[in-house]
Amino acid sequence: MSRRTAIGLAVVPALFLLAFFVWPVASILATGLVEEGGKAFTRVLTNERLLGVAWFTLWQAVVSTVLTVLVAMPATWVLARFDFRGRSLVRAVATVPFVLPTVVVGTAFLALVGPSGVLGVDLHGTVWAILGAHVFFNIAVVVRIVGGVWGHLDPRLEDAARSLGASPWQTFTRVTLPLLRPALAAASSIVFLFTLTSFGTVLILGGPRIATVEVEIYRRSALFLDLPAAAVLALLQMVGVVAALTAYSRYQERHTVEQTLRPVQETARRIQTGRERGLVAGILGGTGVIVIGPPLVLVWRSLTAGGGFGLQAYRALRSDALVPVGAAVGNSLGFAVAATLIALGVGLPAAVLIAARRGRISRWFDTLLMLPLGTSAVTIGFGFLIALDSPVDLRASRILVPIAHALVATPFVVRASVPVLRAVRGRLREAAATLGASPARTFREVDLPIVSRVAAVGAAFAFAVSLGEFGATIFLARPGGPTIPIAIYRFLGRPGVLNFGQAMALSVLLMAITAAAIMAVERARFPGPGAF
Amino acid sequence: MLELRDIAARFGQLEVLAGVCLTVGPSEIVAVLGASGSGKTTLLRVVAGLHRPESGTVVWEGHDLAATPPHQRGFGMVFQDFALFPHLDVAGNVGFGIPDMPESEKRSRVSEELERVGLAGYETRRVGELSGGQAQRVAVARALAPRPRLLLLDEPLGSLDRAFRRELAADLRAALRSAGIPALHVTHDPDEAFAVADRIALLHDGTVIRFGPPELLWRAPGTEAAARLLGLTTIVDVTVNRDGIHLGRGEGRRARAIVREEAVRIAADGAVRGVVEDSTFRGPGHALRVNVPGGEITLVHHERVEPGQTVGLDIPQEGFALLDG
Repeated sequence: MSRRTAIGLAVVPALFLLAFFVWPVASILATGLVEEGGKAFTRVLTNERLLGVAWFTLWQAVVSTVLTVLVAMPATWVLARFDFRGRSLVRAVATVPFVLPTVVVGTAFLALVGPSGVLGVDLHGTVWAILGAHVFFNIAVVVRIVGGVWGHLDPRLEDAARSLGASPWQTFTRVTLPLLRPALAAASSIVFLFTLTSFGTVLILGGPRIATVEVEIYRRSALFLDLPAAAVLALLQMVGVVAALTAYSRYQERHTVEQTLRPVQETARRIQTGRERGLVAGILGGTGVIVIGPPLVLVWRSLTAGGGFGLQAYRALRSDALVPVGAAVGNSLGFAVAATLIALGVGLPAAVLIAARRGRISRWFDTLLMLPLGTSAVTIGFGFLIALDSPVDLRASRILVPIAHALVATPFVVRASVPVLRAVRGRLREAAATLGASPARTFREVDLPIVSRVAAVGAAFAFAVSLGEFGATIFLARPGGPTIPIAIYRFLGRPGVLNFGQAMALSVLLMAITAAAIMAVERARFPGPGAF
Repeated sequence: MLELRDIAARFGQLEVLAGVCLTVGPSEIVAVLGASGSGKTTLLRVVAGLHRPESGTVVWEGHDLAATPPHQRGFGMVFQDFALFPHLDVAGNVGFGIPDMPESEKRSRVSEELERVGLAGYETRRVGELSGGQAQRVAVARALAPRPRLLLLDEPLGSLDRAFRRELAADLRAALRSAGIPALHVTHDPDEAFAVADRIALLHDGTVIRFGPPELLWRAPGTEAAARLLGLTTIVDVTVNRDGIHLGRGEGRRARAIVREEAVRIAADGAVRGVVEDSTFRGPGHALRVNVPGGEITLVHHERVEPGQTVGLDIPQEGFALLDG
């Protein structure tokens, strides 16, 4: 790839990031440091309530992370080590919570453990509901990341430990766990970041008393209009995120172990004894209840909200006077399409560039593109709010919502595309060339089908992210133009059984639309026979 | 003493062992020789307690081990590709199975074991830096360090260079002898089995078809399957009558026999005429494939013979070994 092409590819993503990420973040920095003559920092750092919020944010994230790992490990073990019918189905089901919008998760937990929850205990406004939702939401992260490595660990290392006199537990702590440490660190740091910057679930489940830094940024800026304090909180949170990421990469450097990974077919074994069968069934059953329970309860409660069994709550959605549900659905779909197009327009050129060039600039570019992922959605929304009034005041424009969504979705597009594009660049093109294909034919028959498939996966990701996005949207959506998550939040904010029913019904609807988008991803990723 | 009584085992639907009987005496080294996929590894895993047999019993000094979990059996194991712990250094690997004892004692025990396998001073090496041969020695030292009652070896030389194997096989035997530990060693390589074992068990179709000292098996393999496992692959149809054993079908009892390649000479006045099928240069001479009555004979000759040419062969009676059945 020539230098000119590279620069051409870099222009759009670079300008996009500059305008919609670097500039807003710089504005937050300026607001926090400059306004009030820099006194905002001392004001925040001496405010006991805000320090309490910061402390709560930190410890709930640590506890959520530890709990998630503990709850997810047994199922991770079973899925990584045993070969049984329906294994891939179980793995897919375990991923379900992760793709649910946070607002849907919050609503589902209200239906489960809210004021009139089916479990009969009201945990609304307690940390327990938040921890439960965090564990539910993040199990898939551990199952996917840790399981991905565990499934490839050489089982003979464990056999060797047993033959050297180690009991099963000693084998786990002295061999398996040390080998899984890097994967566990990766999964834990992702869960930690997600729960540290958790917004939608905390806003819905925390009630008036409990808040995380993320929720407090929202309240300070959108409700109390105390922008300097909100900016200081956003900065503190960014520092926390960077510190966590740095600690993680240090740890990873120190503890990564070179090891031979085995294909999954060699490491998984059949269930041998009745005791094993019982154990596997117990673990999968228990995890299954945790993973499928909340969405099922949500669906069930949405159907019984009006008293009897039926679609009353769904019908009430059509004629609500205060929340324009039809408009919300239209907005969500429209924004999702726009956000998808923007994310592809920004992400694909960037991915092509990163895949084609290996060098410092390419790596730097890669990191820059990932930054929005480590920045909380609320920070992005807040940044847009204070930054994008000059030179052109974009704040009144509807385009800000899909741009914010695209900012969150672009890293997904890049991450999904780069490995595939690298593969095309190398082996496949060489293979095509040795088979006698001209460069034009190679592009037409090898590059193009693969790039379009990559684009399809990225598009579906971006679509799903946009549909569920809440943290940035709550700043940017105008009163008359809510998205589905915003509409759900408004229903939840109004008292009454029917409003809660409508919130649940709309959540089910959003869940269904998201599921359709995710299924499109899976279909694009695993092409059937003859697909290409 | 280890006794295996009628061990049967399955791998999914596949029956891999169908009634294996074996004994390993005090400080005896027994090799199990079998083709790949013959269930050798499964047999070792059953003895180690890592695989539950379908039926049959593993008996140690008269006690049935069915209820004893692997870590309480006191059987060490050297794995194919060694399975060294990648997160530990050499000392960490060798010391893994040594029971709790003061750190200094443990360290000297590790050094002692490393010395035994000729790797003194390798304690702080990382596992990834070892060559194949060194990794194999560390694996043996690690398995011997807890002073196991029995050592199980799964193709311990299989992944090493051919040239290396003979030397390492001799070293392995010496290390086992010096430790005085009985061993069950599985391999598909007859040379390795000959070099290491006191007795060899031939595993075929899930059962032990022959069990005895290497020389005895070599002299009289018994069945064709046994002969092939031992690397005796020149097998032909013969006729046996009062005059002795003759190639091909003639007057007398029909049988199958091994032809000892090293006993066959090319001689112009040889009693057997054969057509050379092909001739391949092979270091010490040319390997000739000669079509004779009753089959094909491979032999090494000092010069090349053009394919298609007819040669005379001289095969003495002791060049034949009759097979059963």
